[in-house]
Amino acid sequence: MATSDNLKLLKQGAEAKLFTGDYFGRPCLIKERFKKTYRHPILDKSLTSQRTKNEVRSMVKCRMLGIETPTVLFVDLEQSRIYMDYLAEAITVRDYIYKVQGDKDMIVKLSPLAKSIGNTLGKMHLNNIIHGDLTTSNMLLKKPFEDLKLVMIDFGLSFIDNSQTEEDKGVDLYVLERALLSTHPNTEALFDVIIQGYKEENQQGAAEVIKKYEEVRMRGRKRTMVG
Amino acid sequence: MGAPLVSVAIVARTVAQIWKKPIIGVNHCIGHIEMGRLITGADNPTVLYVSGGNTQVISFAEKKYRIFGETIDIAVGNCLDRFARVLKLSNDPSPGFNIEQLAKEGEKYLELPYVVKGMDVSFSGLLSFIEERADGLISSGEYTPADLCYSLQETVYAMLIEITERAMAHCGSEEVLLVGGVGCNKRLQEMMGTMAKERNATLHATDMRFCIDNGAMIAQAGWEMFKSGQTTKWEDTFCTQRFRTDEVEVTWRS
Repeated sequence: MATSDNLKLLKQGAEAKLFTGDYFGRPCLIKERFKKTYRHPILDKSLTSQRTKNEVRSMVKCRMLGIETPTVLFVDLEQSRIYMDYLAEAITVRDYIYKVQGDKDMIVKLSPLAKSIGNTLGKMHLNNIIHGDLTTSNMLLKKPFEDLKLVMIDFGLSFIDNSQTEEDKGVDLYVLERALLSTHPNTEALFDVIIQGYKEENQQGAAEVIKKYEEVRMRGRKRTMVG
Repeated sequence: MGAPLVSVAIVARTVAQIWKKPIIGVNHCIGHIEMGRLITGADNPTVLYVSGGNTQVISFAEKKYRIFGETIDIAVGNCLDRFARVLKLSNDPSPGFNIEQLAKEGEKYLELPYVVKGMDVSFSGLLSFIEERADGLISSGEYTPADLCYSLQETVYAMLIEITERAMAHCGSEEVLLVGGVGCNKRLQEMMGTMAKERNATLHATDMRFCIDNGAMIAQAGWEMFKSGQTTKWEDTFCTQRFRTDEVEVTWRS
């Protein structure tokens, strides 16, 4: 295979293991989706291959649009592995927010970041890339952090769809809002800034997407508490 | 559901006045969680709350039970019940129970739409898909009703386990608690157990008596609230469907 055997387990997430290794001598990150024994083998196989493919497709398309994602070096569908650049020095947006969370001027401090998140998202949606799992852990910041250079990761639930996707884009925003508020309480104002940034980049589509987002939001909010 | 709740609220207010006792309004979902914690001894679990009306993944953080994931359309129990109706399964003792029994005889797996969005799930597309095709698939002999029940269960439960696992990974949680009516399903419990074991976590599940709605769970949550000094203002002792799990200040946990 393309790499030597010196894989080192870096992290185990919910559905994949991350290893560091090398690709023809170049240090890299290897994301391997492992088998989930709780689910039916047919379903497991189909989800794993679908997600590996979608992840790579979206990452490549993002890069073509100037949205940063780790460079994809190699894909091994047999072993469900993606070899990509390892950004050792980057931190997650989640950790970046934790650093200032609780400060009095937290919202002011984080607004430029929120704007940048909104811009990136607007650009993705404008080009019909739906991320599917937007959280603050799935966005990285490269050094120097003050430059707010955003790197998007974890495209396993993503897809590219050029037909009518306002609903999916609305859900994307909704998922992000929920992830933001549950992980970082009292950041409602930041989400408004994200939406502003989103509108700047996705001028044609924003109105329709935001209308859908409001609809999805109401569906959740109105959920009854009986039964 | 509204009418009986409203009537009981009147009785509760009457009793409170007669005996001059404080009254406490309890959030239904929190009743499930607190009863589950009491029965299983779970300390700080990620909670999967699944019933006919609700599908939520909940975790405790900063004084609230926060909803990390939920259905963006219909509840999982609703999806199962409606499919039971397509197959004309009996409502006795419950449609979900009959699907569970029939699914045990299923062998052939049909791939169904699998919709996970971040930590949220959606069942309405899957339901339409199987509702439209069920009659044809059965009459052509391709699939038996048992196969379809089996496939439906395997798919929707896999979705639920996946979002629960995501929430656990996200919160670094090592316990998982299963509550709500659908929580008595043995297959769901088994799948959750497998997932938990693989991550070195513990599964806490309860049986029929506590999974299904019961008065004791409301009392247990009310007791916890009362001990921590919470009572409800007179004018707030009404029933409402618009009462989110994450609206309640959890004063009894740190």
